[in-house]
Amino acid sequence: MTVHQKVFALIISFTIFVVIIFLVRNRKLREEFSWLWLLTGFVIFVLAVWYDLLVKLTSLIGAVAATTTLFIFSIIFLVFTALHFAIKVSQLNDQVKNLAQKISLLEAQIDP
Amino acid sequence: MLITKRCIIIPTFNEEKQIASVIEGIRKYGDADIVVIDDGSEDMTAQIARKAGVCVICHPFNMGYGVALQTGYKYALKNGYESLLQIDGDGQHDPRYIPALFTIVENRECDLVIGSRFLNNNSDQPGILKLMGIKLFRWIIKAVTGKRITDPTSGYQCMNRRIFQYFAADDFPCDYPDANMVILLHRMGFIISEFPVTMVPNPEGRSMHRGVFKVTYYVFKMFLSILVILLRKKHHS
Repeated sequence: MTVHQKVFALIISFTIFVVIIFLVRNRKLREEFSWLWLLTGFVIFVLAVWYDLLVKLTSLIGAVAATTTLFIFSIIFLVFTALHFAIKVSQLNDQVKNLAQKISLLEAQIDP
Repeated sequence: MLITKRCIIIPTFNEEKQIASVIEGIRKYGDADIVVIDDGSEDMTAQIARKAGVCVICHPFNMGYGVALQTGYKYALKNGYESLLQIDGDGQHDPRYIPALFTIVENRECDLVIGSRFLNNNSDQPGILKLMGIKLFRWIIKAVTGKRITDPTSGYQCMNRRIFQYFAADDFPCDYPDANMVILLHRMGFIISEFPVTMVPNPEGRSMHRGVFKVTYYVFKMFLSILVILLRKKHHS
């Protein structure tokens, strides 16, 4: 890994940390979602300073270039993130439905 | 004679032109409390229904036919009703069969009775696309349950408390309660039967399922829902 690449990766990892902490502090992001992004920033930091780990991982999955490893794991990460949000949306859908029904029934009771 | 507390629920969405006559028709034949569930109508449906002197429950926004039905089940459960009949608010279902449907359920002949237009030669028949869908659902129900249900998509149904108590919980397929609902009830051990009724075309020509793409997508979703029901653990009533 060249120095340029290392510096860029470290800047990205640091930026992710700062942005996530800022969002959580300002209540724009819930803590339960923040840990995943903090972990992402940490992984980028680790891979940037310990390039050999990325090389070992690349050979482990049978890829040729280290960039392939990064892309594959990024895609897998995004798939799981999307799945996680789909589960969350399904739960919210049910909760909103039940809440709306409860409100409707209460309104009918109060103001028939 | 057993006197049971009866409830008739009418899920509605933008039915200001029909609702008054539907309520009037039900009153002629239905000796029961009438409840209109207004699913976020943008017209005067709720106001007209209130003027007709029935209980009206209004959703804050449109959530779909299945959710409106479930709200009706929750209302009936909360208020101690023992039998419930559901009828569409667009005037398609002939209310003169209401007493017969209630009698079947209250005499414990079954848990749920579905009003079937196909058992009545004088009833309006659906369009070719919808008919194909119905035949497909009929075949699926027969294959899965061994039971012949001629009109699995009919919203004209009467049920006892055990059924709407079960439907008031989270297992009710709110998105599209049709053939999947029949299969679900059968797996739960409930007894389902049919009774011949008359249905007329929607006076305004509207339909929940219209257009090739909409109908195809609906059939696909129904397949998915049925598959999920079959994959889930069986519970017993």
